Parts: sequence; structure tokens; C-alpha cells
Amino acid sequence: MSLWEYANPKKFMELSGSVLPWVAGGSALCLVVGLIWGFFFTPDDFRQGSTVKIIYLHVPSALMAINAWLMMLVTSLIWLVRRHHVSALAAKAAAPVGLTMTLIALVTGAIWGQPMWGTWWVWDPRLTSFLILGLFYLGYIALWEAVDDADTAADLTSVLCLVGSVFAILSRYAVLFWNQGLHQGASLSLDKEENVADVFYYPLLVAIAGFVLLFLALVLLRTRTEIRRRRLQALLNRERMA
Amino acid sequence: MIALLRRDLAIATRAGGGFGLGLAFFLVVVVLVPFGVGPETDILRRIAPGILWVGALLACLLSLDRVFALDFEDGSLDLLATAPIPLEGVVAAKAFAHWLTTGLPLTLSAPVLAVLLNLPEAGFGWLVVSLALGTPALSVIGAFGAAITVGLRRGGLLLSLLVLPLYVPTLIFGAAAAARGSDGLSVLTPLAFLAGISLACAALMPFAAAAALRVNLR
Repeated sequence: MSLWEYANPKKFMELSGSVLPWVAGGSALCLVVGLIWGFFFTPDDFRQGSTVKIIYLHVPSALMAINAWLMMLVTSLIWLVRRHHVSALAAKAAAPVGLTMTLIALVTGAIWGQPMWGTWWVWDPRLTSFLILGLFYLGYIALWEAVDDADTAADLTSVLCLVGSVFAILSRYAVLFWNQGLHQGASLSLDKEENVADVFYYPLLVAIAGFVLLFLALVLLRTRTEIRRRRLQALLNRERMA
Repeated sequence: MIALLRRDLAIATRAGGGFGLGLAFFLVVVVLVPFGVGPETDILRRIAPGILWVGALLACLLSLDRVFALDFEDGSLDLLATAPIPLEGVVAAKAFAHWLTTGLPLTLSAPVLAVLLNLPEAGFGWLVVSLALGTPALSVIGAFGAAITVGLRRGGLLLSLLVLPLYVPTLIFGAAAAARGSDGLSVLTPLAFLAGISLACAALMPFAAAAALRVNLR
């Protein structure tokens, strides 16, 4: 019994098929509880007023935008090293979800920034590096779309993902050099005593769990679709040969 | 490798090789900017380093799709891949040839265009130094992008989408070095970063580009 068993598409389909409803249901539950708790049952911040509540969308989506790229990096590596097709398809499936998370983070940030900073957009290091991350996602997705042969596309996008990761990190620190930020420091980190006040902290954790599960559910669903598409293509090819 | 370099240089400088195209594009971009932002010398002086860097970057991008595409079409890339020198060496030689025909002329012509934008005299030297240190990275990163898109129809558009985000760090440090130089501030930090990026890219990117080329030649 090892993780690699699920590189077999059939095993993967069986497992993901039985897990998917639970993940999706858990995600819906966490999101409903977290967001309603956050929006209606937490006090307003004494300086930010009710705008503080956008944190329940902004922070989890930003978190997942970065983690989606991380997941694509790992699955790309697995594809390059062990040539498991499910892995490549999972990377392909995660990219649009990651791009959507990036856009949610940028848009909610802009909506919050307008009343608080008085501007929709500033060229702040964090905002800028997120925009660059969005561009990386766009290029990655465009490359998948542009290449006809499936294995070639998987290889090229994997190489692009590896190189892109290095440059994304490089850009992250280069923009720090370029401009000082307006964005506040990290809302959550593992090594601090208290991150945000507890009233905001618990619903935020629930919302984050909801986003993690939502990402999982979407990626599983999209990977299953990709596998089915691949099977359909194989059937069509076989028919044409016969 | 030297024979390959000389061959690429000969092809690029021959008529129809597009040697002057990048330079002409650079000139046009720099000339167009004052029409866009207005002729006030103060504004132009302030944005000159950035404009020159962005112009050089775009001019570099313009000639990238020629790095491998022509050789891919007529089949000589297949021959190069089976030649005794490693494919990484081929990539490095071609990127170097691209730099000699684009990056180097851009660097040398930048001071002339800087005059048009009223760059302060103190900045000229640093502008040239920053371009000289930064444009090799542009060529090598671009060679990687060209290697990925070599087999594709409409590869040129995709190439710019893939390569431009990768250019961000180089552009930031390059423009910062040029801007600090013209303000008379210390430029050592951005220049060191720029040189580091160029060296690291020159050392590592040929491997990534060769991996992409092998996939495309399969």
C-alpha cells in the first residue's frame, strides 16, 4: 500500500470518486459556517470598521493561490521524474483554480484598499508579486492550450513550472528592493504568539479550511474530467485506427 | 561551438537577418515616449532610465523567436541535436550570438538615445554598465522561452507571454541601477544583483532550454 498506487488512473478514479463528495461537502460546510460566522457574528474593527470582514475571503484565497502553484511544482516534478500521467493532469487541473484564487485575492484586496488606503491599486511589493504570479499562471495555462500533443505539453509545462517557480521567488524578493510596501505584514504565521485577535481568528481558520477543501474538491473534479477526456480521446483514436 | 557562433552571427548580420530591426525598434520606442508623456525635460529626465530599459527589453524580445525557429524549420536543429557537442552548448552558443547581435548593440546605442531623453551626464556610464550586465540574462532567458515555443504555431505571441514575467527581476535591478546612477546614488547593490542574475541564468538556463528543445525535437 503506497501513494504511488494511485498513479494508476483506475485506482485514482475509484478513490477520488469516493472521496470527492466528502471533500466537497466538507468544503461547503466550512465555507458556510466560516463566512456566516465571520460576516455576521464578529465585531467591527475599531479602525477598519466592517471592511475588515473581507479578510475571510482575501487571506484564504491568497494562501491557496500560492499553495496551488506549490502543488503544481510538486506534481510537475513527479511527472518529470516518474512519468505518472495522473500527476501531469493534476497540475493541468490546478492551474485555472490557482489563477482564479489569485484573481479573488487581487479583487478583494482592491475592494478593501479603496476605502482603507484610498486607492484601488498601489505598486506595493505584495500586490505586485501577486500580479506577477497571475501572469505566470496565464503563461502556464496558455502553454497547455497551445501544444497539441499531450505528452509534449506536459513536459514543456513542467519545465516551465520549475523555471517559473525560481523566477517567481526571485521576483518576490526583487520587488521588495524596488518599492517599500503599504500592505500590512503577514496576517497569519506559525511562529507568532497571537496573529489576529481570537474573535477574528477562529472564523478565519474555518474559512481557510473551507478554501483548502474547496481547492481540493475542484482539483479532484477537474483531474477526473481530464482523465475522462484522455480516455475518450484514446477511444476515438482506436476507432479511427480500426 | 565557435563555428556555430560564427555561423549564427553571419546569418544574423546578412541582409534579411533582422540585425538592425531590434535597434530600429529601440529607437522608435524611445522616440515615441516623449509624444506620449509630453516634452517636459524634467519628466523625461526622471523616467529616462526606465524607458531605456523597457525599450531594450522589448527590442530584445522582438528578435527572440528567430533564435531557434529558422533552424527548426529547415531541420538543421535536428542535426545540431545529434552533433557531438551537447545541446546545452548549442543553446549557450546561440544565446551568446543573440546577445552579440541584440544586447551588445542596444547597450552601445543606449547613450545616444539617452541624450534624446535628457538623462543626466552622471547616469550615462551606469546606464551602459547596467545594460551590459543585464542584457546577457535577457538573451539567455529568452533562449529558454524560444526553446519552449519553437514547435508551435503562433509561437511568437506565446513567447512574449512566457518570457515577460521571467524578465521582471532583471528589469527591476537593471532599471534601479540606471536610475540610481543618474541620481548620483550608490549603484553597487543593484549592479551586484544584476550580475548575479546574469551569471546564474547563463549557468543554469541552457540546461532548462536544452530540456525543452529535446522535448520539442522528439
